[in-house]
Amino acid sequence: MGRAIEAGHDFVQRQSRSSLYDRGRQNRHKNETRMQQKPPDQRACKSRRRGSETMSHIELPAPDSAIVARREAIVADLVALVGAGTVVADEDGRRAFETDALTAYRCMPLAVVLPRTTDEVSRVLRYCYENNVRVVPRGAGTSLCGGALPAEDAIVIGVSKMNRVIEIDYEARFARVEAGITNLAISAAVSERGYFYAPDPSSQLACTLAGNIAMNSGGAHCLKYGVTTNNILGVRMVLITGEVVDIGGAHLDADGYDLLGLVVGSEGQFGIVTEATVRIIRAAEGARPMLIGFGSSEQAGRCVSAIIASGIIPVAIEFMDKPAIDVCESFAHAGYPLDVEALLIVEVEGSEAEIEGFLAQIRDIAAPFGPTHVMISNGPIQSAKIWKGRKSAFGAIGRISDYYCMDGTIPLSRLPQVLTSISAICARHGLKVANIFHAGDGNLHPLILYNANDPAESERAEIAGAEILTLCVEVGGCLTGEHGVGIEKRDLMRVQFSDVDLALQMRIKAAFDPAWLLNPGKVFPLDAAGGGLGQAA
Amino acid sequence: MSEPLRPAADWELASMIASFASRNQPIEIVGNRTKARVGRPMQTAATITTQSLRGIKLYEPTELVMSAQAGTPLAQIEAELAGNRQMLAFEPIDLGPATGGVAGVQSVGGVFAANLSGPRRVTAGAARDHLIGVKGVNGRSEVFKSGGRVMKNVTGYDIARGLAGSWGTLAVMTELTFKVLPWPESATTLVYAGLPDEFAIELLCAAMGTPYEVSGAAHLSAGLSRRLGHSSLAAAGAALTAVRVENFTQSVAYRKQRLADVLSAYGAPIELDYGETLAFWGELRQLRVLSDMPSCLWRISTSPRNGPKVVAAIRRHMTAEAYYDWSGGLVWLEVPASADAGASDIRRAVAVHGGHATLIRADPQVRSSVDVFQPQTPTLERLTRNLKAAFDPQGILNPGRMYAGV
Repeated sequence: MGRAIEAGHDFVQRQSRSSLYDRGRQNRHKNETRMQQKPPDQRACKSRRRGSETMSHIELPAPDSAIVARREAIVADLVALVGAGTVVADEDGRRAFETDALTAYRCMPLAVVLPRTTDEVSRVLRYCYENNVRVVPRGAGTSLCGGALPAEDAIVIGVSKMNRVIEIDYEARFARVEAGITNLAISAAVSERGYFYAPDPSSQLACTLAGNIAMNSGGAHCLKYGVTTNNILGVRMVLITGEVVDIGGAHLDADGYDLLGLVVGSEGQFGIVTEATVRIIRAAEGARPMLIGFGSSEQAGRCVSAIIASGIIPVAIEFMDKPAIDVCESFAHAGYPLDVEALLIVEVEGSEAEIEGFLAQIRDIAAPFGPTHVMISNGPIQSAKIWKGRKSAFGAIGRISDYYCMDGTIPLSRLPQVLTSISAICARHGLKVANIFHAGDGNLHPLILYNANDPAESERAEIAGAEILTLCVEVGGCLTGEHGVGIEKRDLMRVQFSDVDLALQMRIKAAFDPAWLLNPGKVFPLDAAGGGLGQAA
Repeated sequence: MSEPLRPAADWELASMIASFASRNQPIEIVGNRTKARVGRPMQTAATITTQSLRGIKLYEPTELVMSAQAGTPLAQIEAELAGNRQMLAFEPIDLGPATGGVAGVQSVGGVFAANLSGPRRVTAGAARDHLIGVKGVNGRSEVFKSGGRVMKNVTGYDIARGLAGSWGTLAVMTELTFKVLPWPESATTLVYAGLPDEFAIELLCAAMGTPYEVSGAAHLSAGLSRRLGHSSLAAAGAALTAVRVENFTQSVAYRKQRLADVLSAYGAPIELDYGETLAFWGELRQLRVLSDMPSCLWRISTSPRNGPKVVAAIRRHMTAEAYYDWSGGLVWLEVPASADAGASDIRRAVAVHGGHATLIRADPQVRSSVDVFQPQTPTLERLTRNLKAAFDPQGILNPGRMYAGV
C-alpha cells in the first residue's frame, strides 16, 4: 500500500485547490483567460504552457467547428437518448470535467454523459458513431498524463456512476464489478474474507478500475503481484458502434487473439469498458517493512540488485534520495535517517516467523554495501510510520514547491548512471529534483521542482522532463512505466518507436475504432500518418 | 514440400515475406514443428522456420529479464536460467508427447506464440503475462518492435501480449524479451487419493484460498493417475489431487503443515519430497499422462468451480479422462476418437457453464471439419479479422490455422 495516498493527495489538492502547486496553475489559468478576452466556453482549447516546441506547448487537435456549432442539437439528442439527469450540459457542470490530474491543460467538453448502465453507454456511443461525434472516456479524472483531457468537439462519457460490485466468488477467486468502481473499493469489498485486488496505484482512493484498465496501472505491490493487465480476467466493453462485447470471463485465459491484453493499456481508444472480472488474491498472513540507509545512491542500487539476485522477491522495494527523504521526514516525522544519501524501504510478507527470517536475510545481504542505517519495523505502529512518510512524499513535496512528476522506467543496473544524469540535466536547467523510485521494477519518479508562476522556469521544467525521459529510453527503458502516454508524452513517442511501429499501433487502433472517434489526439503524435486522428497509412 | 526457408536475421525474414506477399502466396510459419499437428490444417506455398534465429541476446539475472531469438530451444533457455537458480515462472507445458512428437525440443518463440502455460500459471500468471517485449516481422514484411526489457512499461499499446497465443497468424516473432523469477529453494507436494472430482476441486479451491501461496493445484482422474511415471502414485490406482508449495526451506515446512491442517477433512495426504515434486509436476508439464493415441484431446478453460460440472456434463455423452489443473479452471480431456471428436457435446457443455474449448489432438480430417478454436460471436469475429488485417492484410501468415479465412 506504499503509494496509496500520494495521488489521493493530488486528487484532494485538485478538488480543494488549496496547494501552492495548484494555486500557481490556477493563477496562470486566470491570467490567460484574461489575456484571451473571450468567454471560456468559446476560447480554443490550448495548453496553458508556453515556450519551446519540444514539449512545453502540447498542441490539441483543432476542433470540428461543424460539430461545435451543433452543440445544442447534440445535447438535445443525448437528453432524448438517456434522460436529462444523465447529461451535464450547463457551463458550471461541464467545468468540473474540463481537466484531469494534468491540470495545466484544460478544455470544456461539448457535453458530459454520466451513464448508469452498459445499455446507456451503448446508446450514446452508437449515436456518436452515427453522427461522427468524438468521445473522451473518463473514470475519476486522475490521469497524470492528460489521458482524460476533454476536447471542445467531443462529449465526455464518465463511468463513475457505474460502481457496483456485481458478484464475488471466493472459491473461484474473482470479482465481477462495474468499471466505475474505485480501485480501493474492490479490495474493500473482499477484505473481510482476507482477500484483496492487487494493483494499487497511488490514486487508488479515487481512481476507477476503468481508468486503471485504460492505463494498465501499476502500484507498489506490482513487483510481486503484477500490474493491471495481469489481474484482469475479462471485460464487457462497448465499441464505438454501440456493440457490446464480452472478452474473457471468469476463466484464466481468454480464447482467440489476446484482445484483453490489447484492450488493457489502450488508453480509452478501443472502447468503453463498463464491467470487468478481476482476480482477487488471498492476502499473506502479515507484512512488515524495514529501512536501509546508504551513503550513496550507487550502493543502494547495488543492494537492490543483490536482494533480487538472492531469490527473495519482496512485496515492495522503494527508493528515496536525500532531497525526498528530507522533505518527507520534515512532513511526516516517520523516523527516516537524515544523514543518508539514499534510503530503501523493503517490505516482505508471510507469517511472523517467516517475516523475521526474510528481514534478517535482507539485512545480511545489505551488509556488504555498507548501510549506515538499518531499522526493522518492530510492529504495526512503526510500519505505519515508515509507510506514512513514503505515502506522503508527493504531497509533502507539493507543499514546498510545484513539481513535475516523471514516470520513466530504466533497467535497474543503470540506476547510478541515470541518477547522476538526472542531477546533471536538472542542474543545467537550474532546477532541483527529488527522486522517488519503485526500485524493484525500475520505475522512476523524478519530481522536478519549479515555480509554476514563472513561465520560463515552467518551460525549463518540461524540457528537463523530456530530456530525462529520452535518457530513460536511451539506457534501455521506456517513456512511461505506469502513468500512460495521454497528451503528455504523445510527442515523445518517436524517441521510443519507429514510424513503422507507430503505424502498426495506429492500424490496431483502427481495427477497434475505424473512424478514430475514441479519445482523439492522444498517444500518437498529431503529425503521425493520419494525423493521430484518422486512418493510418 | 520443399525444404523450409531458414532466415537468420530480421531483414532476411522480411525480404522472404515480401517476396511471398508480392506473389500473394501463403506461408507456413514454424519453429521446431512440435505443434505442427495442432490447429486447422493449412495449404501453403512454403514454410519458414525460425530455427536459424537462435541465441540468448540478453540475460540480466538481477533484473529478472532475458531476451532470446525466437528459434532458441526452450531447453537452452531453461538450462541457462537454472545456472542462476532462475526459471520461467509460468512453467511452460510441452505439447510434444501429447501430439505424437517428442518432449524437450520446442522453441521459445513457439511457447509464446501458443501462450503455453503450465501448473504454476494459477498463481504466477500465463506465458503472456511474462512477455514484456517483442521484435518481429508482420505480413506487410515490416520489421517492428513493441514493449522492451523493463517490466513496467505502458508506452503505446501492448502488442507483445497481443501476439501471445496468435499461433503465427499475425506476425513472425523474431526476438522475445520475458520476465524470469528465482527458482524456489525447496518444494513439496501433498497428494490426496480417491476423491471424486467435485470434492477434489473443492479441496483445490480451499487450498488456493489460504495465505500459503499454493503454486500447483491439480487433479487426475484414476485412469490418468495409472499412467504416471511415479510408481507408487500410479500403483494407488485412484484419482489423485495434488497441492504444491514452493518457497525457502523453512517456509515450505511451515506452510505444508498449515495446509495439511486446513485440508485435514479430505484425509491424510501422501507427501512428495523436493525431488519427487520436481518429477511429478515435470510429468504434468509434458502432458505425459495424455498421450493415449488415437483418442482426441481437448483443452477446456472455465471458471475453477465449474470444471467438474463441465466434465460431468460431457461424461453423459462419452467416456472421458480428465486432468484438471489451475484448481479446476483448466481441463485437459481425453475422449474417444470420433467424426467430430465430440465437439458438439463438448461445446454445448462449455456454453452452459462458461469458458471455451480447443481441440488439441485429432486427425487432420477432423481438424478440418470442426472448429479447432472456440467459435466466436460475430462482433468478436469481426475484431479478429480486423486485427489480422492490421498485421497481415493479404492473409499470408499461417492462413486459416486458427479460424477459416483468418
